[in-house]
Amino acid sequence: MISRLRAQHGSGLHETNIYLGQKYIVADSSLIPELLQVLRDQEQFDYCVDITAVHYPDREKQFEVVWILYSFPHNDRIRVKAAYADGESVPSAVPIWPAANWLEREVYDMFGIRFEGHPDLKRILLPDDWKGHPLRKDYGIIQQDQEWVQINLGIESGQ
Amino acid sequence: MTDRTSHLELERHEKTFLDSNELIINMGPQHPATHGVLRVILKLDGEKVLGTECVIGYLHRGVEKIAEHRTYTMFNPYVDRMDYVAAVSNGLGYCEAVEKLLNVEAPPRANYIRVILTELNRLASHMLWLGTHALDIGAITPLFYTFRDREEILKIFEKYCGARLTTHAFRIGGCSYETYEGFEREVEKFIKFVTPKIGEYEELLTTNRIWVERTKNVGKISAKECIALGVTGPVLRASGVKWDLRKAQPYAAYADFDFDIPVGEHGDTFDRYIVRMQEMRQSLRIIEQAVGKIPTGPIMAKIPKVMKPPVGEIYHSIEAPKGELGYFIVSDGSTQPYRVRVRPPSFVNLQALDMMVRGALVADVIAVIGTLDIVLGEVDR
Repeated sequence: MISRLRAQHGSGLHETNIYLGQKYIVADSSLIPELLQVLRDQEQFDYCVDITAVHYPDREKQFEVVWILYSFPHNDRIRVKAAYADGESVPSAVPIWPAANWLEREVYDMFGIRFEGHPDLKRILLPDDWKGHPLRKDYGIIQQDQEWVQINLGIESGQ
Repeated sequence: MTDRTSHLELERHEKTFLDSNELIINMGPQHPATHGVLRVILKLDGEKVLGTECVIGYLHRGVEKIAEHRTYTMFNPYVDRMDYVAAVSNGLGYCEAVEKLLNVEAPPRANYIRVILTELNRLASHMLWLGTHALDIGAITPLFYTFRDREEILKIFEKYCGARLTTHAFRIGGCSYETYEGFEREVEKFIKFVTPKIGEYEELLTTNRIWVERTKNVGKISAKECIALGVTGPVLRASGVKWDLRKAQPYAAYADFDFDIPVGEHGDTFDRYIVRMQEMRQSLRIIEQAVGKIPTGPIMAKIPKVMKPPVGEIYHSIEAPKGELGYFIVSDGSTQPYRVRVRPPSFVNLQALDMMVRGALVADVIAVIGTLDIVLGEVDR
């Protein structure tokens, strides 16, 4: 499968490898919409297990978005990763897998990564008017939106 | 623009006082049938549900953020607080994921203990689900029965590790405690005790007319829709997909045991009930086999005191009572994980609620929330 993908999209795939028995692909962000579609339609990755991100503040493109896919027909998993700069938007996978809806909302909530074409991109776990995105590395562990806490909970601080 | 206005006016004229109006109703977050702090905004036309929106996050504790500031060992107890009615499964998934990252394997005896406790926990989780789900629909008795019997499982946990719910039963590399004197006998006694009890629950419900009418054809979801929405666990199996991670990608010692994957046909609330009941029997089968041939030997693998997994990533998932529970861990080679992502089954399954209740009645929303078997601690993390 990997070799098939390599033949088709050779230049866009930065790395295809297996680590601890798990396949992953690091793809160019421009290739993502096409690659995800191909993975579902041709390689039968019909189940989008998870979408998440990792923040690397030192890199030029700070965010690595990760799609974890599973194929029921082949009992196989694959991880697709692509790097995005802060402020850059990621193509939404909702048209491909409806499951992506809440998963993408959570990534937006926690990292502030916008998904282009998402039907209803808004915060999911934190209140709508919360400031900041907690899973970014520059967000301190005891940091919080003090203003929100004071207005909505009527306490000085949530700590 | 003019067309649109006239259309609306036409509609207004045609409506009489007998026509129902659309109504927005707020359910929760404090509502006894939401199984925690779940808020659902319902758009209704009379009794009919036109659409829903879930508002979640009331129990958000930032578990994934906490993980980045703890060592691998220190984070271990935190995972128990996600799905707090199946804490053992959470711990198993996390420990196995870190073990894979460290390239160590738990010894066989530890794996057997893990299987026994995890399956006991699956039983406890399903019992709690049955009791509360039946209570929501109006059958009060099963709650007393299931809580009485679940207590026996919690007693075994308490004797094993001192805790009843947030057990923290496993350590990275194996188990921290050897089984107590008479553990196997006690588990066998429990199997004998509980097997007829499951029949008792079924006697109360399976042919009960009220139960059948409240659950049959309610909250239907097809296999295709399940897969598209990422729904896993008993919900997926009740729609006819024979898929269980314990068989598809065996972990711990599951490859050693004989058990079936119960599947449903119609994907309705009744089938999900039947599937979970059968799953309880299968769990007992697994426990019986595991107790019968539990190997002797060490319970901990050799792991370094200071854990520094090599740089890399791992995604490991297990079949939790609610569905696929996955951990995606990124290591930067230090003592603390660079990123821990939990793929919670409850969160993803809850997404299907809207699709399942559209066109149904308000009372069915309660049935569907119950049948999805969500735990808000896991939804919100």
